[in-house]
Amino acid sequence: MSDALIRIEGISKTFAGRDGTQTTVFEDLHFSIDAGEFVCLIGHSGCGKTTILNVLSGLEQSSSGYVFVDGREINGPSLDRAVIFQSHALMPWLTVMGNIAFAVSSRWPDWSTDKVRAHSQKYIDLVNLAGAEKKRPAELSGGMKQRVGIARALSIEPKMLLMDEPFSALDALTRGELQVEVLRICAETRQTVFMITHDVDEAILLADKIVLMTNGPHAKIAEVVVNTMPRSRTRHDLHKHPHYYPIRNHLIEFLVDRSKAFASDAADYDPRNPPQVRPGLADQAVTTAQPVAHPAPAKPLVAIVR
Amino acid sequence: MNRLSHWRAPLLSLIVLLLLIGIWHALTLPTTSKQTVNAEYAALVGAAAATGQKSTFPTPADFGAKIWQHLKEPFYDRGSNDKGIGIQLGYSVGRVLIGYLLAALMAIPLGFLIGMSPTVYRALDPFIQVLKPISPLAWMPLALFTLKDSSISAIFVIFICSLWPMLINTAFGVASVRREWLNVARTLEVGPLRTAFRVILPAAAPTIMTGMRISIGIAWLVIVAAEMLVGGTGIGYFVWNEWNNLSITNILTAILAIGLVGMLLDLMLARLTRLVTFPE
Repeated sequence: MSDALIRIEGISKTFAGRDGTQTTVFEDLHFSIDAGEFVCLIGHSGCGKTTILNVLSGLEQSSSGYVFVDGREINGPSLDRAVIFQSHALMPWLTVMGNIAFAVSSRWPDWSTDKVRAHSQKYIDLVNLAGAEKKRPAELSGGMKQRVGIARALSIEPKMLLMDEPFSALDALTRGELQVEVLRICAETRQTVFMITHDVDEAILLADKIVLMTNGPHAKIAEVVVNTMPRSRTRHDLHKHPHYYPIRNHLIEFLVDRSKAFASDAADYDPRNPPQVRPGLADQAVTTAQPVAHPAPAKPLVAIVR
Repeated sequence: MNRLSHWRAPLLSLIVLLLLIGIWHALTLPTTSKQTVNAEYAALVGAAAATGQKSTFPTPADFGAKIWQHLKEPFYDRGSNDKGIGIQLGYSVGRVLIGYLLAALMAIPLGFLIGMSPTVYRALDPFIQVLKPISPLAWMPLALFTLKDSSISAIFVIFICSLWPMLINTAFGVASVRREWLNVARTLEVGPLRTAFRVILPAAAPTIMTGMRISIGIAWLVIVAAEMLVGGTGIGYFVWNEWNNLSITNILTAILAIGLVGMLLDLMLARLTRLVTFPE
C-alpha cells in the first residue's frame, strides 16, 4: 500500500438538490494505483464515475475523504496529473502544434520556442500525427482529435494520466485502433493510467486492475478485478486466452445483475478493503486441458483475496 | 449555364437600379408653366417659386452632376460653411473612431470582468439595463453642460452608444467560454492572466467582434444626428446646412455618402470578425 502512486481514502460526494435534499452519489471509496499500473473503473452511469475522475484531477473536490499522490494530499489540479477529456477539449483556434505547444509551454514556461516545438513534435510523432501539425481541430477526424488529446496529455510528462471515457465518442474501428495505440504508448512509457470506461472489452484489453462500482446513489466499490492475462496481450489474440471468457463473463454478470443488488447482499463487506477477484485462476483446473498461450503469473489459486 | 447564373443577381441589381432611376426621372420631369408673378419678384425668389412649381426636386441628371462635382473636388475648404464633402465625412469618421475606440477600451476589459464574475455581473446588471435603452442623444445636453465643448460632446455621445453592445457581448462571450477549455487550462496550472489572454480571449473573440460590429453600425447612425445638433463640422452638420440652403441635390449626395461609408465600416468589421472566427 505504501508504494502506491495514488491513494484514495474514503472519498464521497454529496450534491445538494434544489429542494434542499442531499444526494450522496458515492461514498467511502478506497483504492490505490501503483506506479506503472493501468486501472480501469467500470460502472453504470449515475454512479459518479466522472466525478471520481474530476476529484482525482483536482477539478472537483470530494465532500469527504482524501486523495494522496506520492504521499502528498492533493489540493487542486496539477501538472502531475494530465487529463484526457471525453470530448477531446482541443482549442479550435489553435493548430495541432499550437494545442500541444500550449501545454508544453505551460509545463516549462522558461523553454525557448524552438525547444517547445521540438518537444511537442516528439509527441505528435508518438501518436502518429506527423504531417497534421498545421491542421486545425475542425479539419481532423474524431480519432485524430483524440490522438491530439493524448499527445497533449503525454507531452507534459505527467506522473499519471486520467482518461474520462476517451474513446466513447468514436466509432468502433477507430476506437480499436486507438486502444492498440494506447496500449503501445503505455508499454513504451510505463505510464500510470486511470481510465473510466463503460466498455468491458476495452477494460479487459487495457487494464491491469478493473474497479467495479455499484449503482448510484450511494455507489461503492464492489470489487477489484485483477486482469490475470499477461501484459503482452493484444487485441488480436486476446479472446484466445483461456482467462478471457472467465474475466469477461465475470464483468458482464456484475454489470447486469450484481451492480444493482450489491449493497444488500454483502454482509462482510469492508469498504476500506474491497475484495480482489482473479477470474480464471480459480477454475484453471478446467482450462489446463487446453494449451495455455500465455502462462498465468504464479498467484494463489483463490478467487477472492481479502 | 453556370456562368449565366453567376451573373443573374448583379444583372437583376442593375435592372432594379435603372428602374428606380427611371421612375425618379419620370416623377421629376420639368413642368413648364407661365410665369405668374412679375419679373422683379421672380428674380428675387428664384425661378421655381416664381413659376408656381410645386417642387424643385432634383432630377437624376442633376444628382449625377452634383456627385461628379463633389468627386472632382472632395476636399476643398472655403470657410466654415463651405467645405468639401470629403472633409465633412473625415470629421464624422474621426469622431466615430475616437468615441468608438474609447468605448472599446472601456467595454472590453469591463465586459471581461462582468463575464468572469457572476457577482460583478449581478451587481452591474441593473445599471446596464437602465442605461442601455437611453437614446444616446439624450446625453447630449448633459455632455454639453459638463464638457463645454460641442466636438467632445459628439464624441461622448458616440462613446456612450458604442459602449453597450460591446460590453454586453464581451460579458456574454466571456461567460459562455466552454468549461472544458477552462478545465484544460486548470489542469495545466495556467495562471489567470495567461488563461485570460490565451484561452478566454480567443474563445470569446467572435462574440466580442459581433458586439463591435453592432456598435460601429449604431455609432455611424448616431453621429449624423449628433452633428446636426452640435453643428460646426461633420456630415450631419453638412446635411443640416444644405437643408438650410435648400440644396436637395447636396442632401441626396450626403445621404448616398453616409450609406457608402457605413457599408465600408461594416465591411471592415466583418473582415476582422472572420479573422478571429474559428470553425468548431
